[in-house]
Amino acid sequence: MNTANNAPQPDPEALVDIYRRMLRIERNDDAILTTIRKGRLRMPYYSARGQEVIAATVSHLLRKEDQICTIYRGIQDMVAKDMPLKPLWAEIAGGVDGTCKGKGGPMHLTHPETGVMVTTGVVGSSMPIANGLAWASLLDGSDRVVVAYFGDGASNIGAFHESLNLASVWKLPVLFVCSNNGYAEHTSFSNGTSVDQISKRAIGYGMPGYTVDGNDPWDMYAHAATAVERARAGEGPTLLECMTFRFHGHVFGDDSKYMAPGELDAAKARDPLPIFRQRLLDEGHASEDQLDQMREEIEAEVAEAREFGLASAPPSVEELRRDVFAGEMAA
Amino acid sequence: MSTTKMNSLQAVNSALHQALGEDEKVIVLGEDVGDREGGGVTGATKGLSDKYGDLRVRSTPISEQAIIGAGIGAAMAGYKPVAEIMLMNFTTVAMDMIFNHAAKLRFMSGGQTSVPLTIRTLTGAGWQTAGQHADHLEGWFAHAAGMKVVCPSNPADYKGLLLSCIQDPDPCLFIESAGSLFVPMDVPDDQGPIPLGKANVAIQGKDVTIVTWSAQTVRAKAAIAELDKLGISAELVDLRTVSPWDRDTVLASAEKTGRVLVAHEAVRDFGPGAEISATIQEELFGKLKKPVRRLGAPKCPVPFAKVLEDAFIVQPDAMVAAVVDLMS
Repeated sequence: MNTANNAPQPDPEALVDIYRRMLRIERNDDAILTTIRKGRLRMPYYSARGQEVIAATVSHLLRKEDQICTIYRGIQDMVAKDMPLKPLWAEIAGGVDGTCKGKGGPMHLTHPETGVMVTTGVVGSSMPIANGLAWASLLDGSDRVVVAYFGDGASNIGAFHESLNLASVWKLPVLFVCSNNGYAEHTSFSNGTSVDQISKRAIGYGMPGYTVDGNDPWDMYAHAATAVERARAGEGPTLLECMTFRFHGHVFGDDSKYMAPGELDAAKARDPLPIFRQRLLDEGHASEDQLDQMREEIEAEVAEAREFGLASAPPSVEELRRDVFAGEMAA
Repeated sequence: MSTTKMNSLQAVNSALHQALGEDEKVIVLGEDVGDREGGGVTGATKGLSDKYGDLRVRSTPISEQAIIGAGIGAAMAGYKPVAEIMLMNFTTVAMDMIFNHAAKLRFMSGGQTSVPLTIRTLTGAGWQTAGQHADHLEGWFAHAAGMKVVCPSNPADYKGLLLSCIQDPDPCLFIESAGSLFVPMDVPDDQGPIPLGKANVAIQGKDVTIVTWSAQTVRAKAAIAELDKLGISAELVDLRTVSPWDRDTVLASAEKTGRVLVAHEAVRDFGPGAEISATIQEELFGKLKKPVRRLGAPKCPVPFAKVLEDAFIVQPDAMVAAVVDLMS
């Protein structure tokens, strides 16, 4: 939407990698939904079906040591950042083999090894912590960057405003990546937000802000690559407002009655995954066989992770006394 | 042993200089903490940014959530941040960051991440700052799993306990209490860390135990001087750390004297004194000569007018009266 003429463009290899990350997110999401419906998994689930391009593109541009802070609707961000799926599934199933030994659950998955530092269940709270990780990057003399993921609703909470201001004053290497999916829980964007574009708020904090087509990998790439380069170069933070839609409402079981008639169907007709797939084929960046094989491999990985996770034993009740502090608490 | 006479704020400054000098992972942030801004409203951070640089010692905007969030993130990345929240009432602005994140992330991540963050904050009645600048809220934080709550009462303890907080692997709230700031004492030049979770039997006695912390310890010492004139020998247990608190020392003293007064500056109802009293009575029922007495502030906001503020604070004479009653 605001792409400059010299904006970075993805090469075919990048496009295929972004597609692969999207497909991995979507196949994993589908498996979670199916497993919940079958009654094999009990958890609150905030699906990001429809929003895959955002995290897939951002993560394609990140290095392993780069870090992310995400939110309860964040499994797509973790999968895109290459969090291994086995401990992910064990965690959402409440198993001891989970990333957090079953103590965090689906809203709090953490995996520092792949840079997933915090997953918060509190709207807006990914941002203040991302700043601290970014400060540490400066103290380390590193060019590591940090991504704070959040939704449009979070742009109305105080933490957003405090964090953008501080990140700008301190020139922190942070990407503030807002997935604007049109709804904050059940409240529509226009009923809860004072501006027509969240990116305009960046002006108030002295940083670049862009409204991006979050369903378009080319537009996402151009802006996210620019933001990552800016952060790595020590030039400070960027706000990316990525326009998208969530296909399964706020939480699993949501009846979406608060939406305008036809709105959801119209969004599904713009499902980024099949559109992108077709374009990869049409432009000759990938073949049917290649993408089919990719899908099979991902589905096998997801199925194996799912069975691993569901078979994971529950944690010992002793865990209540562990990890509250560094030392185990007395019984 | 060489010593230096200092007050508690100078002790804090001394601890911070020592910690920053000894460990490059120690960093400081907060409103006005830099030397360009005067080195803190109380001077506690004076000289730090000039010596250790603006990247390690950073003044912040007036943004408490952002301050604690930045402290959490840096702590997770291996640093030992000391975040200053100018006044304890302002911690309420950052409560999500403190309570939901700093305190809980180690547990919620299954031990993969930790938050070795120290939060320094100042509070206390006595300066006529009224209802939004003076609350003693240690009970709020003591109720949170994963937080350590540290309440020093004299300059040596300020230095030693702050050094321990900074090196502790978990989040610590370090409360600087107005009524304990300006009682100077000789602090050993080599004052090292004082362990967290260990109480100090500051005065030995045989008739009654007074359990307290922070500025209330200063008032307890005045009360004990009066009790001494009445022929009552009171033992003073300065808790030093409210959470986790030193049950062994408190229970040993309570068992020895059989009479206990728990006194704090915080509001009495639902205050930390209730937890301590209940524990003593659960553990020592039958060995106590009298039920445990509690003293704390009335359940009203800290008032402005001097006469009201004086009445709000648990004064030494109220402690004397309570002990005399326990002895009857």
